[in-house]
Amino acid sequence: MARTLPPLARFLIRRVITAILLAWGITLVTFVLTNLVPGDPVAANLGQRAMNDPAIVAQWRAEHGLDKPLWEQYGLYLQGMLQGDLGTSQQSHRPVAQDLAEFVPATLELAGAAILVSLVLGVAFGVLAALRRDRLPDHVLRVLSLIGISVPTFWLALVAFYVFFYRLQITPGSGRVDPALGMAPGVTGLQTVDALIAGRWDVFTSAVGHLITPALVLALYTIGLLTRFTRSAVLEVLGQDYVRAARAKGLPGRTVLFRYVLRSALVPVITVAGLAFGSLLSGTVLVEAIFAWPGIGQYAYKSATTLDLPAVMGVGLVVGVVYLVINLIVDVLYGVIDPRVRLQ
Amino acid sequence: MRRDPLARKGLLRRLPEAWRQPLAVVGVVIALAWVVIAVAAPVLAPHDPLAQELPRLAPPGPEHWFGTDQLGRDILSRVMYGARVSIPLTVLLVAMSVLIGGLLGACAGYFGKWVDESIMRLADLVFAFPTVILAMVVAAALGASLTNAVLAVLVVAWPAYARVTRGLVLGVRGREFVLSGRLLGFSAWRSLRVDVLPNVTGPILVLATLDIGTALLLLSGLSFLGLGAKPPSPEWGSMVASGVEVFDSWWVATFPGLAILTVVLAFNFLGDTLRDALDPRTARAIKERAL
Repeated sequence: MARTLPPLARFLIRRVITAILLAWGITLVTFVLTNLVPGDPVAANLGQRAMNDPAIVAQWRAEHGLDKPLWEQYGLYLQGMLQGDLGTSQQSHRPVAQDLAEFVPATLELAGAAILVSLVLGVAFGVLAALRRDRLPDHVLRVLSLIGISVPTFWLALVAFYVFFYRLQITPGSGRVDPALGMAPGVTGLQTVDALIAGRWDVFTSAVGHLITPALVLALYTIGLLTRFTRSAVLEVLGQDYVRAARAKGLPGRTVLFRYVLRSALVPVITVAGLAFGSLLSGTVLVEAIFAWPGIGQYAYKSATTLDLPAVMGVGLVVGVVYLVINLIVDVLYGVIDPRVRLQ
Repeated sequence: MRRDPLARKGLLRRLPEAWRQPLAVVGVVIALAWVVIAVAAPVLAPHDPLAQELPRLAPPGPEHWFGTDQLGRDILSRVMYGARVSIPLTVLLVAMSVLIGGLLGACAGYFGKWVDESIMRLADLVFAFPTVILAMVVAAALGASLTNAVLAVLVVAWPAYARVTRGLVLGVRGREFVLSGRLLGFSAWRSLRVDVLPNVTGPILVLATLDIGTALLLLSGLSFLGLGAKPPSPEWGSMVASGVEVFDSWWVATFPGLAILTVVLAFNFLGDTLRDALDPRTARAIKERAL
């Protein structure tokens, strides 16, 4: 069967099957992890007085299906998941799917802005460092990018909030848009996009203003990482014979850089950027709290500390799926950038 | 000890060049300074890190160089004592990850077949999961304490070593000197210990050096979220968290954060230089310049 399909379709099918297996693995890990450990969700959710009343405890356990054997709980969860039901959060008393639909776009907007900034700045800095190797710009960028990957994100968020909002008052405070303006209604859930679609220029500028600081804070680590990676990738390509040949036949420097060097140097960079997006998503846990950004980072934190199992599994699943989708995009991009991959 | 003579010589010859790198020297100096501070904290610290004295929330001044927190504790002393909490735990944590991940990875690479499959699929699973969230879930499930935070980071940290060790072992396994050892009648364990492991330690040590920074960031991040050190203990991450409550008093959060930054930076300076020196591609560049 698979023989008759074109290579791209075969490749995509294989990737999607791997993705589904991994997503299933994620639910299994979270489920086992959250059930085998000593923490008790009942104690975490009910008050001390309610805990002393066996009737209330039993009722609560029955309500959340905790009185059934473990394998049955897991089976029920999987069954619900296939129907788009991720269970009910023990904290918000709402369906987890509904909670996620509300919080995921905010985080995607933040992480998406951060990865864009990282790619632009990281690649630019990396190319600059490689072209000026062992000269001043290279040394300065090396120290700066190492500082970038060494700064504790949660601390930087706090410092940025203090300096830019509290002291200098040049950035707006917490949240996604100015509450006086109200959120732009829209389908994507991304405030910047929704505001543009709705033609609300005021909401758009407010959303961008709110986005800048947390996105930059979140991006700093990835900027440093991509700078280092781009530098070594470009250096490696610069020494290749075909680059020397392109120079020798008198092609302008810009053509050599963009058509010959960057094209092959960007392949490893894009792999790293794809991996970094996953860490950006979980890095939002530490940034969202400071900027009161209503995303899955804060949701994950609240769920984890109260052992809200359905919610934690939901977050794990969403982040895992986003991660897999990003990797899929990266794999397809390989083919676009590097013709050798396409031939295989 | 039987080693691959070529690899060994190369490693030794490249190491001294690393020390000509100013960044590595700066990294070593900062790291050593922190070790001295950690060891000599009781002598160096001007105040008791737990003593609650007036004035509260005093800004940095001659009496309290880094100011005091909302309970009137001297922040400089707490930052110094914090080094005794964070640094040994992080080193222990990375050492344990190297040991567990390295051993599992070596077994996977050496024995192959189902051992390889089961270990590496487990590692894939941890990789697929978002690091901070997995660590957070483990820490929350085990209960908030520093030991559990270390265990949580360990759960997410070992697969990287397993993967790298496996790859390196796969590369060495088929070489003549390993095969000749096996033909001489070495047991699998002896062959692994005597022939294989000495040839894979270099790259793993570099990875470990770079990882100390990452591990400290994750560990202090968990403490910042309230899933690590308990309140009176002077731990840097939780000290930054207490600074969130008293936002105006910038010094409460700033100095412990700078402590984390400098330690992580020191190990990244060192690790980055080591990686350059051991990576044959960039090593050539370093050598060209040294000539």
